[in-house]
Amino acid sequence: MATYATNEFRAGLKVLLEGDPCTILENEFVKPGKGRAFNRVRFRNLKTGRVWERTFKSGETIEAADVLELSMEYLYTDGEFWHFMKTDGSYEQVAASAAAVGETRPWLKEQELYGITLWAGDPISVTPPNFVELEVTETDPGLKGDTAAGATKPATLSTGATIRVPLFVNQGDVLRIDTRTGMYVGRVQG
Amino acid sequence: MRDWRPSCGPDVLAARADMLATIRSFFAARDVMEVQTAALAAHGVTDTAIESIRTTDGGYLQTSPEYQMKRLLAAGAPSIYQIGPVFRAGEAGRWHNPEFTMIEWYRVGLDAEALMREVAELVDALLGPSDYDRRAYADLVGVPVESAPEDELDLRISEAIAQLSPARVFITEYPAPQAALARVEGGVAARFELVVDGLEVANGYHELRDAGELRRRMVRDNALRRAEGLGEIPLDEAFLEAHTHGLPDCAGVAVGFDRLVALKLGVDSLAEVLPFPAERA
Repeated sequence: MATYATNEFRAGLKVLLEGDPCTILENEFVKPGKGRAFNRVRFRNLKTGRVWERTFKSGETIEAADVLELSMEYLYTDGEFWHFMKTDGSYEQVAASAAAVGETRPWLKEQELYGITLWAGDPISVTPPNFVELEVTETDPGLKGDTAAGATKPATLSTGATIRVPLFVNQGDVLRIDTRTGMYVGRVQG
Repeated sequence: MRDWRPSCGPDVLAARADMLATIRSFFAARDVMEVQTAALAAHGVTDTAIESIRTTDGGYLQTSPEYQMKRLLAAGAPSIYQIGPVFRAGEAGRWHNPEFTMIEWYRVGLDAEALMREVAELVDALLGPSDYDRRAYADLVGVPVESAPEDELDLRISEAIAQLSPARVFITEYPAPQAALARVEGGVAARFELVVDGLEVANGYHELRDAGELRRRMVRDNALRRAEGLGEIPLDEAFLEAHTHGLPDCAGVAVGFDRLVALKLGVDSLAEVLPFPAERA
């Protein structure tokens, strides 16, 4: 397995730390003038999203993680797994567990592209695009012309997600959602 | 391709120029003479924690002007200072650049205490006046200095330095194995460091004069280098010979100029105060 020495550490590097795949967020070189050098490193655990901090002696090595980040198309769920397909023409599919899909679940739309992190070929995380467009399947009837600032009502989307929307939104409308905040952005002109 | 532009603006260049002028007038007022020694020399340091950059013809870019400035002192120079570039292999990071500017000076007849006062006066002149605290090395590392492995001590002192408050603190009473080229008195090294806002800015000694002890330390450095798989450094016999001839009683200190500029300007990395940090140079 490939390894990286501390002088190769840089943000974005994928490594194995305590058995988990991590990405390096920040690498700080620390050295007292007349003492040994260290690297104080912040990692994000790619499985849990947790941030770890560790200190290494300069020259120490750490194992590289076989991590690949791909853009893949969401196909369907069988209830247990969420299936994605490569877009490189290979039609190769991977099955992501609920843990890997995590908080992206309400934003999964068929034929949309998602960022898939593969560790040794298995999906460990799924990142949605910043914006997705989803249809409203259920909401109270729209009040035409009601643009009262700030007034909202709940709406259920095709994925099952429920969000707050302005009063004028109707069932069947396609909405643009910011997946980072889970907030309504606007109506998509049909 | 590297960006052709400098990484700092004209305001930073002006601050550097102002601070250099302040330093020169500070020393002129104290009758300390400016000197220039060779940045490229036939020998490097034996210090186990410092690696020199070698040139293809076997020379060493100097990691500090110490060896040659001491040869000047041994030859009869009065108190002297130098502002110039120094080079260290493998030191790159937020607060490190492989080439940086060092202010180094030697005061004939002064000891570490007197030199610490002068360092504080220079820092006051550059950054504005402030209070200075003092902490003993052993209190900062929080483990028994005699029994803890050296790399653990290095890690602990680095962590302690980053957290030090108030803003300006002298660290004193370094353990004897970390004396470097300071004399050892009463079991501790006559060595001090100044930390400003969590950054090491100065390292000073009441200088070792004993040629025999100097040789023993350099030989010991090389034994440690061998044990750690680092290259041995041929002893600089001219430097040793200068001590046999006689170094005057003196105290000396090295101050990182670029870090002082960064502290003055309140920026967050060395690269912001260097026109051409390593990645652009």
